[in-house]
Amino acid sequence: MTVAEAPAASPTDLLDELRAWLDENWDPDLTVAQWWERLGLAGWSAPALPSNAYGRDVSRSDAVRISQEIAAYGALGAPGGLGLLLAGPTIATCGTQEQIDRHVRDIVTGQKAWCQLFSEPGAGSDLAGLTSRAVEDGDGWIVNGQKVWTSMGHEADLGMLLARTNPEAPKHAGITWFVCNMLQPGIEVRPLREMTGNAMFNEVFLSDVRVDADAAIGEVNDGWRVANATLAFERAGLGTGGTSGITPVVPGTIAGNLEKRAGDLAPSKSKPKATTSSQPAAPRKAPSAAAMLIGFAKKHGRSEDPLVRQRLVELHTLGEIGRLNAERVKAAKAVGKDIPGMGNIGKLSMSTVMRLQRDLGLELAGAQGMLHGYDEEQAAAVQAVVQDPVLPAVTTMSLYAQAPPIYGGTDQIQRNIIGERILGLPKEPGSNSKVPFSELPKNA
Amino acid sequence: MVDFAVSDEQEELRRSVRRFLADKSPSSEVRRLMATDEGYDPAVWTQMAEQLGLPGLAIPEELGGSGYTYVELAVVFEEAGAALLCSPLFATVGLAANALLSSDDDAAMKEYLPQIAAGELTATLAFTEDSGDWSAADTSTTATPAGDGWTLDGHKSFVVDGATAGLILVIANAPDGLSLFAVDRDAAGVERAALPTMDQTRKQARLTFAGTPARLIGTAGAGAGILARTSSLGCAALAAEATGGAQRCMDMAVDYAKARIQFGRPIGSFQAIKHKCSDMLVEVESARSAAYFAASEAADNSPDLATAASLAKAYCTDAFFHTAAENIQVHGGIGFTWEHDAHLYFKRAKSSQLMLGDPASHREFIAQQIGI
Repeated sequence: MTVAEAPAASPTDLLDELRAWLDENWDPDLTVAQWWERLGLAGWSAPALPSNAYGRDVSRSDAVRISQEIAAYGALGAPGGLGLLLAGPTIATCGTQEQIDRHVRDIVTGQKAWCQLFSEPGAGSDLAGLTSRAVEDGDGWIVNGQKVWTSMGHEADLGMLLARTNPEAPKHAGITWFVCNMLQPGIEVRPLREMTGNAMFNEVFLSDVRVDADAAIGEVNDGWRVANATLAFERAGLGTGGTSGITPVVPGTIAGNLEKRAGDLAPSKSKPKATTSSQPAAPRKAPSAAAMLIGFAKKHGRSEDPLVRQRLVELHTLGEIGRLNAERVKAAKAVGKDIPGMGNIGKLSMSTVMRLQRDLGLELAGAQGMLHGYDEEQAAAVQAVVQDPVLPAVTTMSLYAQAPPIYGGTDQIQRNIIGERILGLPKEPGSNSKVPFSELPKNA
Repeated sequence: MVDFAVSDEQEELRRSVRRFLADKSPSSEVRRLMATDEGYDPAVWTQMAEQLGLPGLAIPEELGGSGYTYVELAVVFEEAGAALLCSPLFATVGLAANALLSSDDDAAMKEYLPQIAAGELTATLAFTEDSGDWSAADTSTTATPAGDGWTLDGHKSFVVDGATAGLILVIANAPDGLSLFAVDRDAAGVERAALPTMDQTRKQARLTFAGTPARLIGTAGAGAGILARTSSLGCAALAAEATGGAQRCMDMAVDYAKARIQFGRPIGSFQAIKHKCSDMLVEVESARSAAYFAASEAADNSPDLATAASLAKAYCTDAFFHTAAENIQVHGGIGFTWEHDAHLYFKRAKSSQLMLGDPASHREFIAQQIGI
């Protein structure tokens, strides 16, 4: 699913228009809600959305430029979160105009925060094997089931819910994509503690949760198609990464930001207001993994070891090649071409980088690599012993490194996608896609 | 600032070269030529010059070439690598012509480059000695002033096309330091001994010089700088060649995985084989990015060329070797036979890894450049 490309306006015209609009409309004394109302309804929150969905039909790269320019101007940026990233584009593409007006307006104005209710304990890589069940009840449905790996579940007003509406159909043909009210009694959000010690994600238990008739985006039982649109937006989003280098503000009724003063949450200006320049501000770059570990190696007296030098350069090389791959695919897309598989390649390469960082980082840390603080008190105790602020970054990153090869489509799934869709190799036989879902083997 | 935009002209160049090589360098020709001492077909070399202008592609127009950049040359090397072309291209263009262009010696450039561009002169660069040191820091070959010219005494080894090259450029120690010299094929006191190579598609020789008359190229004592720049350009060419070779190995593996039936289905439907092929794509596309980055730095005369060339050479030759080895594995038993082409690519890949410095030595160079 692609968002429509910009028809006529050049990037320069667009940014000139934006700056003129910001001159007229930015006021740090507005509340966040008031500011986001202006920003969203003028089409600047989610400019890549179609114009009938509170967007301006611009290209993805123009959308990035717009968000960078807003940050450079010193104005508060668009709301963060999965509403803008996933739910908005999905509903804009697959929903009715009435659903667009009802939901996308609240997304671009930051009134509602969203979470994703897709994965289940029994449905990870095999998402289509989900068992959360929606049973018809009057003109709506009652849903029971369990979701997992839900980020921001505790701060969401609404959820993108995939549920099975027809267990007798083959698994891909009996799923519906619903808008689910997260604030009703049957929803229980439980933090899920990861091996890092943090609870970035949640389990969500649905007990007799109600979704209304008009909550289905797309046709009933056609939800797999809509889910794939959401997943495509997710992959594209993971590819573009942070746009302005600034953490977006959490929208919605629970996070508590709507009544704050917009100016208090706005970034400080990164440069003087440019009235003639058409160049957006460059995003702030984090120091590279290699640069961080080079300093770390020197600090630990390991930088003359030839084996260490080799692996540091391997890490540097992978970082450079990741950058070059991104440049090459960007150059291809600029002229309407593509390099098939680059997105999947990027994800696989990131896993390799993380593993190398993990192993090299901990090796350089030596015995200190065995120390890690899971809370502030422990972290302070570690610092008292090692007196090195880089060590916790290394150990934390090493624990987290197990996640990228698994989330967003495991490395094994990525290789299947490359092998089958890019290289044209045949699928495994017997993929069960024609059997009624109720007859398929499942975990207990 | 790297520009990865591929022009229509570059795409047309690639198509022409690919068509030409499919016709002139099929597997049967590679096998025929690798079994000869000469190692190439002079008629094809002439055609490469006259029909496609390949030897002179990146030689300036005023010196008889077409005046294109190193990026266009990379396209040619990539296609040559994919086809395992047996030809004087790498030694003549990737090494010798680059040495001449790096020498600042206008007279020498005017004398030799037009002949190279016209396909009338093949050439090579002799710089490594028995020790296999690619930096030539331990050069023992000496150059002694003799009348208006010089004489060389010593030896060179691992000289690509050393037995057949019409012009041999030699790095030797003159009183002022390392310098570049030119020796004609028929000069006195030169002995050329072919070295049997694992990769029979690229011929190498050991040369000895005894009072051999030689002409100084460039300034006396400027040899180290000329060699360093030539090495970088040669590495960029090797990186592009390796990218083409890696692509061909992946293509072979994927084609076989689709065709070969075992246990009632194509072996590519088994994840173990499928995933090997997918991992090859990661390396091939990443190698391509690295190789064209190095070529772009060469085209821009970037001060960071040496680092980019080392990065590309190390990564691309490693990628070529991995894909070549995995290609054999995907083929199973037949991949181990002489009759199948997989081993030809494996051997070219290994040779490319070792030539002009192994990947570890290039990584150490990069370590020094980035301040480790």
